[in-house]
Amino acid sequence: MNKRIPHLDLDENLVREARKLAKDVTDDVQRFIDVKSTTSVERTVVRLYGIDGIDAEDVPLPNVIVDDVKNGGGLDRGVAYWIANGCIAKSMMPQELAEAVGRREFSLMDLPPQNEGLVAEKIDEMTKSAIEHITEIRETRDRMLEELGDPPQPYLYVIVATGNIYEDVVQARAAVKEGADIVAVIRSTAQSLLDYVPYGATTEGYGGTYATQENFKIMRAALDEVQQEVGRYVRLTNYASGLCMPEITAMGALEGLDFLLNDSMYGILFRNINMIRTFVDQYTSRLISAYSHITINTGEDNYIKTSDPIDRAHTVTTSQLINEQFALKSYMKPEYMGIGHAFEIDPDVTNGLLYEIAHAMLTRELFPQATPKYMPPTRHMTGNIFKGYAMNSLYNLVSIMTGQSIQLLGMLTEAIHTPFLQDRYLAISNAKYVFNNAKDIGNEIVFKSDGFIQKRANEVLENAVKLLEHVKAVGLISAIEEGTFGDISRKRDEGKGGDGVFTKGEDYYNPILEAIIEELRGESV
Amino acid sequence: MNVKKVDLSRIKPYGDQMDDGAVQLSFTLPVSNGPRAREAARQLVNSMGFSEVQIVFSEDLSDDFTFFIVYGKTEKFVDYNSIKAIGVESPKMNMEQVDEYISTNIGHPIIVVGATIGTDAHTVGLDSILNMKGFHGDSGLERYRMFEVYNLGSQIAPTELAKKVREVNANVVLVSQVVTQRNIHIKHLTELVDVLEAEGLRDRVLLIAGGPRITHELAVELGYDAGFGAGTMPSDVASYIASEVAKKLL
Ligand code: B12
Repeated sequence: MNKRIPHLDLDENLVREARKLAKDVTDDVQRFIDVKSTTSVERTVVRLYGIDGIDAEDVPLPNVIVDDVKNGGGLDRGVAYWIANGCIAKSMMPQELAEAVGRREFSLMDLPPQNEGLVAEKIDEMTKSAIEHITEIRETRDRMLEELGDPPQPYLYVIVATGNIYEDVVQARAAVKEGADIVAVIRSTAQSLLDYVPYGATTEGYGGTYATQENFKIMRAALDEVQQEVGRYVRLTNYASGLCMPEITAMGALEGLDFLLNDSMYGILFRNINMIRTFVDQYTSRLISAYSHITINTGEDNYIKTSDPIDRAHTVTTSQLINEQFALKSYMKPEYMGIGHAFEIDPDVTNGLLYEIAHAMLTRELFPQATPKYMPPTRHMTGNIFKGYAMNSLYNLVSIMTGQSIQLLGMLTEAIHTPFLQDRYLAISNAKYVFNNAKDIGNEIVFKSDGFIQKRANEVLENAVKLLEHVKAVGLISAIEEGTFGDISRKRDEGKGGDGVFTKGEDYYNPILEAIIEELRGESV
Repeated sequence: MNVKKVDLSRIKPYGDQMDDGAVQLSFTLPVSNGPRAREAARQLVNSMGFSEVQIVFSEDLSDDFTFFIVYGKTEKFVDYNSIKAIGVESPKMNMEQVDEYISTNIGHPIIVVGATIGTDAHTVGLDSILNMKGFHGDSGLERYRMFEVYNLGSQIAPTELAKKVREVNANVVLVSQVVTQRNIHIKHLTELVDVLEAEGLRDRVLLIAGGPRITHELAVELGYDAGFGAGTMPSDVASYIASEVAKKLL
């Protein structure tokens, strides 16, 4: 990894204590995650069995299938059984079966139970081929990454957000030629609240394009092409969040995505999605990411958009530790954890830069094996693009100094619109200038042991430990109800998508997740 | 002193001398960089009415795009004396004065319902106006003695907002819209007016829109009583509400 960063003297006992507490907090949540599933988890299974497409009313077939089983009262067994049973009964492939159900020719629930041995065999066969498929995609990507070469960190990460995937391709190509290492395709406003994944290419999205499998495919193909021209691997990012979090992850696994925004609490806090739904969904989602070597990006930067970045800095640390523990429960290797944080302190604060350095160092040192994702100033960006450009330079400086891994480039027009072509170019030139001009600055820096930065980092850590103690005492769910993160309070029984959560029956079976867990567990031993 | 004074009947941009008309521009053309691209940029800016056009910087954004930074001088001017801007007009009061004003002129607390409507999930702007903490040291409406505030948060459907208005018998409705892509805010704001009208609530309330891209002019055009844009202070809104509600009572 070869990161030249200055050293921070963190209290090692405190670090251990923090991790232990975060583990206890998430263990508590994992206990109910383990006994529940959701409609979107089941649709994920359907998708991984190769079922795609829509019915005559544009309803995605994974929804058709899961609704069919749900309405027939069979969902607590898991959808896999019903698909396999249907395939045998009708002598059809899963896709054919789904299309027939989509034409309302029959319900899976009306088909007579088939010979158990045959059904079990069918399930094994379908599962094996699903796993083989995503394994192959993972291996192809890992090979490309090796052949073309992994660019140096911090990676330059830019967004495209025209709302038209084909226009996005034009902008992405230009950005890659200017030096971008990662392209994120921004998602359409409010997709999070759709309880299905739209189908096909988007040409007229609001604030972005839908996360659809077709859009993923189009952009990945474009990047595959341009990365050959520039001779370095280019990563593709989308958003596995909202009501379809695990389904989108499955689509990402199928289309070779590299990064997915994926937070264990963001949907609850910022989109008012039901807590249980989110916790259950993020587990499946992360298992698939861990398996497919998709780097997740957590969303702590958001908390300090709605709450004060200095007073509430420890909530960022607390959430990072919680996100890490949830990821570990999904057997994710640290290198695939894009732990989030941000440069969001009000530019009028005296010595704001010192706070930023302390906070950035804390993240870096707390997660030495991870791939931290550093987010730029957004909230205090205004129509004064010139000042914004200066703020972005300081942000870039902190990043190179403290050895961050993923640099989401700040846009000087952040307060105005989604980036113009030239905004992205200016952002890339700014980052390249600073990263080159201050390349080895981290090597030269020693923080005074009684200085502001050391003290501040330890203070934030202490506050995080105190907060974790409290969260452990009341439980994560109550802590969220209290408004611990982002100054936003959500109630346990409220929020969207709660009706999609169900308790697994005694005969519940999710063969895909079981296969993934088995492999990952094997690796981690 | 031999310095040219401003002539308000003909004002022009000021670079380093009165009336030099200096303007800086930047833009991208979808062609690759080179003398021809620079000449194209120069002619384009010329055709916009600028003289002494200087292409001070040009660089490839990729094979087919070039970014330009350009200076030019404009001959155009405007008559400042004849300019009128529509804005919210109300006496400017601080928190104590507003509370006092409401006590004296209205006699009971004003009931305010606020929400970010439609698919918009941005709350920081509305919270800055409503939450105790307020905005840049100016307290939000919840801290005022004479406001009773219901903040519904974001992603609220117009019908849900209307329901709350009826339920608490609101005097004032505050709506925030931050996302403006593809004019989604116009759609949301119009929908709300329609719903309030259909339910016979429109005339009972003072209806106010706000957000970084909202202007008073736009809000009025959409059937709102007022609109507040970027940099709005809670006390601006409080003063306006107090004086308008008092007027309604007369
Ligand atoms: C914070 C933020 C978020 C947070 C919001 C958290 C939250 N709970 O609010 C999160 C991360 C969730 C977010 C999400 C998105 N965001 Co956003 N976000 C911002 C950001 C960085 C800051 C906004 C802010 O808080 N400003 C500070 C407040 C105090 O300012 P303000 O809102 O202007 O409010 C003031 C006035 O306007 C006024 N006011 C506002 N409302 C009201 C109401 C009334 C009644 C009154 C009187 C006054 C008033 O008073 C306030 C105080 O002066 C801006 C960029 C920027 N710097 O502006 C982008 C921005 C607003 N977001 C944007 C977008 C596109 C999105 C997304 C759609 C992205 C996506 N595709 O997923 C999603 C939205 C999803 C959805 N369903 O809405 C765009 C909007 C572009 C446009 N014009 O349409 C911006 C400009 C960023 C960009 N350049 O692309 N965002």
